[in-house]
Amino acid sequence: MTLLWLDRIAAFYGPSQALFDVTMTVADGEVVALMGRNGMGKTTTVKVICRLLRQRGGHVLFDGRPLDRLPAHKAARAGIGLVPEGRRCFSNLTVHENLIAAARSGPWDLAAVTRLFPRLSERRDQNAGSLSGGEQQMLAIGRALMTNPRLLVLDEATEGLAPVVRQEIWAAISRLKAETGMAIIVIDKSLGELRQVADRAVILEKGVSVWTGAIAGLGPDITNRYLGI
Amino acid sequence: MTRESALNLAVMGALLAVPLWAWAADEPFLITLSTRAVIFAIAGVGLNVALGLGGLVSFGHALFFGLGGYAMGILAWHAQTYTNVTDWPLVLGGTKSMPLIWLVAVITSALAALAFGALSLRTAGVYFIMITLAFAQMFYYFAISWPAYGGEDGLSIYVRNGFPGLNTMDPIQYFAICYVLLLIVVLAVGRLAGSSFGLVLRAARQNEERVRAVGQAPYRLYLLAFTISGAITGLAGALFADLNRFVSPTMFSWQTSGEIMIFVILGGVGRVYGPVAGAALFILLEHVLGGLSEFWHIYLGAMLLGVVLFARGGIYGLLAGREAGHG
Repeated sequence: MTLLWLDRIAAFYGPSQALFDVTMTVADGEVVALMGRNGMGKTTTVKVICRLLRQRGGHVLFDGRPLDRLPAHKAARAGIGLVPEGRRCFSNLTVHENLIAAARSGPWDLAAVTRLFPRLSERRDQNAGSLSGGEQQMLAIGRALMTNPRLLVLDEATEGLAPVVRQEIWAAISRLKAETGMAIIVIDKSLGELRQVADRAVILEKGVSVWTGAIAGLGPDITNRYLGI
Repeated sequence: MTRESALNLAVMGALLAVPLWAWAADEPFLITLSTRAVIFAIAGVGLNVALGLGGLVSFGHALFFGLGGYAMGILAWHAQTYTNVTDWPLVLGGTKSMPLIWLVAVITSALAALAFGALSLRTAGVYFIMITLAFAQMFYYFAISWPAYGGEDGLSIYVRNGFPGLNTMDPIQYFAICYVLLLIVVLAVGRLAGSSFGLVLRAARQNEERVRAVGQAPYRLYLLAFTISGAITGLAGALFADLNRFVSPTMFSWQTSGEIMIFVILGGVGRVYGPVAGAALFILLEHVLGGLSEFWHIYLGAMLLGVVLFARGGIYGLLAGREAGHG
């Protein structure tokens, strides 16, 4: 069943158009890789999905309901969890406080999150601002999970992290897919890892969704043309 | 026990010990001075909910302090003159009952904070500061030009309002009432700061977009914080008016807003017990420096500059270290 449907989205930052025609779907339990070179509109698409940016053209449907007029906080309550680009934790709160601040009832509670990221329980009373980059990313994912989303959006979740930590994050994403059946949108530059985790890929080029298909069908001609790999 | 908890105990202990000593030594002036510190502390703790937790730099909290004061003044004046506050559509008389006056002061201030907050919070930064200041000044000039309740001269209440089972004219008993209220307020605000509401409010102070992304609406958080903050400051206003048995438009003035802000900055913005230490230090400086020179505000200003430039966490930042969490 289709959980998220973006239909011909056009979005602007002031007078500058960033998205021209983005169409994509995410089904329940599906992991979709949102790909494209820098500046092609991936983060803008995420902002539209999470209602942090209101589109001027097209429609967004989540679980069959239009999100077009919904403010960001209500979209989050409807079940869209965001792990924003740049490991954005609340650095003035402790790890524990970050996790419980926005918690909503559901299967994802403190115990479940710390089972996924045991390091967070070791750092429980530490200020989030003093964590390492990897730990902050785990915390950002944990915080999004504590809202018990139906769709988790991971924007550049492994960017700038040490290889060992990246592996931990990818392992966690794989576990989320295998154990929870949660729908996930992943934005990342690591094609190898994306191939292992994602079911489908959507490629953006200059604000237009130019290619959609099973990630296994992502051949060198496509990656060369749109991703420069 | 953390350094901050120890400091909390020391501050609250000192604030209790001084008037108890003064009572034993028969120094009623010191008891009244301590009562002033306690009441100012309540006002500071109130402002700190908006300023410290929510990052809302309100320069108009005198509005709520004044409303609390006038709630007391108007109700008590009507009670002492045996007249009604209103005759139509409801017949409402005055009262000399402190709990009832507190209730009216808290509700009036909360409603005002809700209404003015709803408008002010549509702005941010320097515009928010200016609009809150403007609302308070509006009430200041209104109070000056309201002859029914004394206008510029204010209202005098002959006998302090009553509290069941206590003689409120006895300075130590009135201090006890105010101190218990301060305890209740700091404990409640401490709980609030540690609650999920307090945490999200502090998070919103840092980044509103991220707070929206986890399902919270910053505007509503701020409005609730501003309303709670106004209600607490209104309670302090009612207590202050009862302490002096006098209420005047000065309670609405921008200087009052500035003083409440000084309590918070001196003590430590965002630290629940910070304004208690700040208000106590302010009263101490006013008493000690005021005895040395009538221009004591110059020294206070220099000290405030020092705090802002070199000790941004105030007394709590200096003695208990940087803010680790709430409380």
